[in-house]
This record gives sequence, structure tokens and C-alpha cells, in this order.
Amino acid sequence: MGKVLMKGNEVIGEAAIHAGCIYFFGYPITPQSELVAYMAKRLPEVNGLFLQAESEVAAINMVYGAASAGVRVMTSSSSPGFSLKQEGISYLAGAELPAVIVNIGRGGPGLGNIQPAQSDYFQVTKGGGHGDYYTPVLAPSTLQEIIELTSEAFRIADDYRTPVILLGDGMLGQMMEPVEFRGIEEKEFKEKDWATSGTEGDGPPRVITSLDLSDIKLEERNNRLQEKYSMIKKQEIKVDSLYTEDAEYIVIAYGTVARMVQSAIEKAREEGMKIGLIRPVTLWPFPSEVISRISEDIKGILAVEMSAGQMVEDVRLAVEGKTPVSFYGRTGGVIPSVEEIYEAIMKLGKGVTA
Amino acid sequence: MKTVFKRTAGLKDNDTHYCPGCTHGIIHRLVAETLEELGALERTVGVASVGCSVLAYDYFNCDMTQAAHGRAPAVATGIKRVLPDDRLVFTYQGDGDLASIGMGEIVHSAARSENITVIFVNNAIYGMTGGQMAPTSLIGQKTATSPGGRTPRAQGLPIRVSEMLATLDGSTYIERVSTHNVPHIIKAKKAIRKAFETQEKQQGFSLIEVLSTCPTNWGLTPEESLDWVRDEMIPYYPLGIYKDIRKEREGV
Repeated sequence: MGKVLMKGNEVIGEAAIHAGCIYFFGYPITPQSELVAYMAKRLPEVNGLFLQAESEVAAINMVYGAASAGVRVMTSSSSPGFSLKQEGISYLAGAELPAVIVNIGRGGPGLGNIQPAQSDYFQVTKGGGHGDYYTPVLAPSTLQEIIELTSEAFRIADDYRTPVILLGDGMLGQMMEPVEFRGIEEKEFKEKDWATSGTEGDGPPRVITSLDLSDIKLEERNNRLQEKYSMIKKQEIKVDSLYTEDAEYIVIAYGTVARMVQSAIEKAREEGMKIGLIRPVTLWPFPSEVISRISEDIKGILAVEMSAGQMVEDVRLAVEGKTPVSFYGRTGGVIPSVEEIYEAIMKLGKGVTA
Repeated sequence: MKTVFKRTAGLKDNDTHYCPGCTHGIIHRLVAETLEELGALERTVGVASVGCSVLAYDYFNCDMTQAAHGRAPAVATGIKRVLPDDRLVFTYQGDGDLASIGMGEIVHSAARSENITVIFVNNAIYGMTGGQMAPTSLIGQKTATSPGGRTPRAQGLPIRVSEMLATLDGSTYIERVSTHNVPHIIKAKKAIRKAFETQEKQQGFSLIEVLSTCPTNWGLTPEESLDWVRDEMIPYYPLGIYKDIRKEREGV
């Protein structure tokens, strides 16, 4: 197919179609609106369905309905709109329905602004809605990686019957890069014999619900969910690393900001500093073991985020005091420059000869 | 012996959790009989709401999905839009669910003329949570959250859902019926059947508002409750067909 130049939001849409998702329920919000518009134009061409809902709340519940009927389905939003979807995501988790929800994050809290931010980390990685649940969170840092991770998001959703979050930010959504689609694979999807699509020929009626009035039954449901989360932790952690073999210091960053961090690290290495990058690709499950192991052999860690410091809490939990952890972040939609990250790195390396 | 009446295949053989004198059981039966008569049980998906009917899936003998409070029309939209056209999708919602928290979803589903059937059970009160004021509670009605009786100034005026949704160009068939006596139950059955037939014929959004009782939270006996529907509810919520443009929608 060759390379094409596309906008991040559009890449998500096309990647979803390549992953066999032809149903999309959306609602406009900057900076993810191009995805909604792309699906409106593209899905009828592949005999799919695009529907603009009356609200994010309605959209996520349409997703719940479509998922319960057994199809691959997606919705997307940006931070304030994503908050509105949290009720539905909790229901999807409780009723064990697979779906992919995209959050192209922007500055908050409240209405915030429309600039890129990573300040929804807590919300997406700690459940976000009510009840004991987690959602797998995939955080691409390039447009090509969006293609791979969108497909992965649908696989994980179906394999574990769980909602999955694809987390980007306004920069990833708005930027253009050349990408290559490797063609729509003829995929054999898992049969969803649990789906409520009319019983015809399938035996007795099925029920999809997250309600168990009996405490014992609800605890059983919770135990089942927790077992599932343990399996996901065992099998689905993804992490990328760079220059970690000889590293004395490690920077941990994900998504958009990891790109600036990489440039800053390369600059620091040119000056002789032994520094590497760990980039969590799954934010939940978090690559705690990788970080824990490496923290035994290094002199310090710097977490860089486009937030006031959210992922750094998971880093500290993983490190368990084995090495100092410092933080550099910008908020409000400010993207930290390579220079300021480089300076933060240099502070970390004070006393290390260049 | 000749069988003159039997349980409809549309209902499962479970004990009811509804209170004595509540007409949910009757309305369940009417919906279930209709689906059986249409030969649709195996190609129907029902959407249960939050409220007393939250456990509707314990009774309806077809695939059922449980929706978040008020969101049943959105969930039904998602189901209906991705399944083949021969699938019937209905929601079963109370007045708190549909007319309060779910007002956005019901209005827009009607506006889109979603080809679904809505069974709207109006008993003018929140039952499951213990008798709080509903958007459909009558003026003067004493509830847990309007202990002095609902007043227009303090709590506003009751919403007539059927009349309101009938104003939307998207809605196809809307009728209000009652369950307070046998002739009206028979009429209600006919209306419910018309609504499902509207969906079968791809004619768009249909809603049947069914006036129902809540003896427990009204503080009345079952018999008094039936009288209360007749004497208090029907004057404010007149029965009848509010919208019927099925002919116009033929072949659309």
C-alpha cells in the first residue's frame, strides 16, 4: 500500500477499520473531532455505521449496546468528554463487554483548554469510574504505532471481554506523519456466543448485566474481574526502552512527550552521560517489574510528563525507594521543549563528568 | 380438558419480585404475549432499565441487556443499529428512568426515529428507591421528597411525555394506555402490539406509555390504587393515540 501522510486522529479511524471495527458512535470535541469526521465519511464506504450521538453519555451507551450485540465498536473523546463516558466505561467493565475508547487528552481540569496534555493518567489507569475495575490503556507515541496499538486494543478487548483505552493527546491527534497500513487482514474473530443478538438457534436467552443484588454473587463477579486483571498483567505489558544497557540514569516518559525526551537523551549521551529511556506503552498494566529491576542498578530516575506528576506515582511504587526518583512536568497544555527536558536531565546528572 | 389460559412462552417461570397490586407484572405479560404472537421471541433483544424493572431480564424469555439509569434508548440504539433488520429491540423504562435522568436519550432516539419500541411505565413515583417524587408525580402528590405535596412553585409541573414526544417529527407511533381495569388492559395489549408491528415494518420510533400503580409507595391498597389511576392520573394523563404516522413511514 505504501506510505501515506495522515493526521493522527484519522490514523486512529483507519486503523480501527483495519482492525475490523466498522461501528462508531461519536460526539464532537476538540482536539479529536477529525476522528469523528473521518469515521462519518469512511464508515459508509465499508458498509459500516457512524452515528453522531446527542452526548458523550449517549455515545458510550450506544457502544455498550453495540458491544452487547457482539460487534467490534469504538467511540472517542477528549478529556472533559471522556469524563462523561466514565459511567458507561464502569458498566462496560462490570458487564464484561469489549470496546475501544479513545481519549485524545487536553489541558484540564474543568473545561481547561484544547492544547495537548497527559493529565488524564490517573483517570484512565486507576479505573476512573465507580467500582473495582481497571481498563487496559495503550499509549502510542507515533502515528505508525497508533496503527499497531489500535489493532492490539481490539484484540485485548475481545480476548478479555473488557473495555480498552487508547490514550493520546492533542499533539498526537493533530500532527501529520507518514504511515503505512499493511492492508485489512482477514481476521477470524473470537466467536461471541455470549452476545445478546437474538437467541435464534443459539439456545436459551442470555443476559448482559453488571447487577448482582446478592453480595456473594457480586463478590464472585469481582473475583472474576480481578483474575482477569491478573492475567492481563501477566500477558499484556508492553514497554519500549532505549540505551538502557549501559545507563546510569533512566528517564521514564510515555506518549507524545517521550519523543522530546528521546531527543534530550540523545543530546545528553553525545555529551557522555550514560542515560536511557523507558517508555511504558501500556500504562495499565504498568511495566513495574522492568522499572523495579533496572532501579537496582542505576543512580536515579527522572519521570517527565505533560502533567503535574501522575505517572511518577506509579514509578515510585515500582522503584520502592531503591533509587531517587525526580520529576519534570509542564501543565495546562504546555509541551515541554527538548532544551528544558535536557536541563532537567542535567540536574539529575550533576556530579557526573560529561 | 380445554386450555383457556396459559403462561405465555414470553415469560420465564420465575417468582415475581414486584409488590402485590403493582401492574408491572401485567405489563410484562402483555409485552411477552405480543412477542410470542409475533413469533419474535428468538429475534428480540430487550433492554432493562434502572428502577423496579431493573430485574426485567429475570422474566422476559428473550435475550436481555441491562442499561445504566436512563440510558436504555441509547443502548437500544447501539443494539438495533448493528443487528440485522429482523431483530426487534425494545426498552422497558419507568418514569424516573425515562422522564428524568434519561430525558436526553429518549428525546433524541425519538428525533432520530430509531426503529425501536419503548414501553414507558408511568406510575408517577420512584418505586425502587422508596417513593420519591418523579417528573410525572401529580400536583399535590405526597412523596418522600415532596412530603408536603408537589407544588408548581417548589417542584414544577408534571411532564406529559407522550404529548411531548409526539411533537417531534421523528416519532411514528405514540399511545397512552392504562392498566386499571380489564377493558383497558385489553386496549393496552393492542397498543403494544401496534408498536411492535411498527418496528417490524421498519416504520420508526414507537412508544407506549402505560399508566401503572405503586400501592406500596402511594400508601394505598391495590384496589384503591386502581381507582387512583382512574380518578387522579387519567385526568392529567388522558389516554389515547398521540401520534400515528405509520402510513407516511411505509417503505421509508
